[in-house]
Amino acid sequence: MRAPDRRESLLYYRHRLPVRIMHWINVLAFFLLLMSGLQIFNAHPALNWGKSSYDGKPPVLQMIAVRKADGSIAGFTEVLGHRFDTTGVLGLSRSGGEPAARGFPSWATIPGPQWLAMGRRWHFFFAWVLVLNGIAYLLYAIFSRHLACDLWPTTRDWGSIGRSIRDHLLLRHPRGEAEKHYNVLQKLAYLAVIFVLLPLMVLTGMAMSPRIDSFLPGWVDLIGGRQSARTIHFICAWLLVGFVLIHVFEAAVSGLWNNLCSMVTGRYRIHLVEGGNEER
Amino acid sequence: MKNAERRLFFERTLALGAGMLLAGCDRLSRTDWFPRMLGGAEHLTRQAQRVVTPPGAMAQEFTEADLSPHFRSNGTANPANSAYQALAANRFADYRLKVYGLVERPRSFSLAELQALPARTQITRHDCVEGWSAIGKWTGARLAALLDAVGVQPGARYLVFHCADPMDESGTRYYESIGIDEARHPQTLLAYGLNGQPLPVANGAPIRLRVERQLGYKMAKYVMGIELVDDFSGIGGGRGGYWEDQGYEWYAGI
Repeated sequence: MRAPDRRESLLYYRHRLPVRIMHWINVLAFFLLLMSGLQIFNAHPALNWGKSSYDGKPPVLQMIAVRKADGSIAGFTEVLGHRFDTTGVLGLSRSGGEPAARGFPSWATIPGPQWLAMGRRWHFFFAWVLVLNGIAYLLYAIFSRHLACDLWPTTRDWGSIGRSIRDHLLLRHPRGEAEKHYNVLQKLAYLAVIFVLLPLMVLTGMAMSPRIDSFLPGWVDLIGGRQSARTIHFICAWLLVGFVLIHVFEAAVSGLWNNLCSMVTGRYRIHLVEGGNEER
Repeated sequence: MKNAERRLFFERTLALGAGMLLAGCDRLSRTDWFPRMLGGAEHLTRQAQRVVTPPGAMAQEFTEADLSPHFRSNGTANPANSAYQALAANRFADYRLKVYGLVERPRSFSLAELQALPARTQITRHDCVEGWSAIGKWTGARLAALLDAVGVQPGARYLVFHCADPMDESGTRYYESIGIDEARHPQTLLAYGLNGQPLPVANGAPIRLRVERQLGYKMAKYVMGIELVDDFSGIGGGRGGYWEDQGYEWYAGI
């Protein structure tokens, strides 16, 4: 029975088992989908806006290999009419030791070499994994009240948005009681991924399926047509990459080991603040 | 100090893990069992798509304003086949489409006979497995009408399309197959016209299959014969099509 000192901490059960399992299934499916998706993109490394790729308008993005006047080959990425030299990474990169004209480099695709049929197999298998995992997560989050209690912002959260933005920018992290809850920016980021980005990925993915397009002829035009769907699918994939980078960064700067352990065992070490548990 | 060690540990684990993951994925891709397991999703996809979209659901049709200025030719643009070249030189006047296998009345159709069958014109979007789409106006004989003309035997399950275009040095010809249901779909055509003109050689003259709810590789060009079978495992590489034999899905609705 000693008095609390400033180094004291306690283990708090923060993540329940289903959430932990589904989190790691998502990690696996996300990376495999991303990299097999880049393999599929490489089969036609151009994006258009509209119903078809050939409607007289140039692509909004394309990656090309061009032979320059001096005879050397360079890789270029063209975005909205602006051309960037991306030799070595986009448009032209080494594959199996040889320079190859390809959109994304072999270290970013599954499989590494150009192999569309195999990329599609990986992609459509793990798309099912992601979707079934996502449905299970949604059902769990609703019925266990994880969504209502942990993820939905409270009135108090909305009031703390300014402070939360400042804290994030200064890499300041809550200690004590506040560690038991997600902060408001964290909640909004998770909700955006769960209810906007991932559903958009699934919707635009299905919009690229000629069979699903017959569900209600014309529904694909509501999202701009099949090629727009492909472009949105690509953009959302990179927004998800952005989310993952920030997510991993925040996990690292707020205590990588503690965060990782809590996502494996469920138990998160809370640092009791000197003089009590009140929020900073 | 402890933090620095942890950091190094994480960085090394991450780099090693990423490298092993990639090498592992490539190795898995070259096994027999793993791609087969991944391919299991194909059946799930097919069943799910059947539930969501009934067999008779129609592919979207477009307007003249949506037509691609130039309909892209992909794959073979001019078959390196002397018999085909002779037919093309004579504007396909001697062309005969052979329909055989599990049919009541095997027979051949000249181009004029095909053009006399109940026809349909449709402006549809062609989706290539590579990712691009083009919109064209197709005119052709309804495949259902041709099936009625020859009479399908009860045991027939698939239509196999034998084509004129050689795909490699050894002369392997392009072929494809679809199920009877897909063949009887109102938009499934033996197309002989593109954008109001006779079908160009680059797009599959004189006859190209249109299966509007599947990807482009299903839509065989330069069709010379249609064989009705109960099983296609004895044809070509046994997977129902040239690209299927290279690892692409037989069901190309996605």
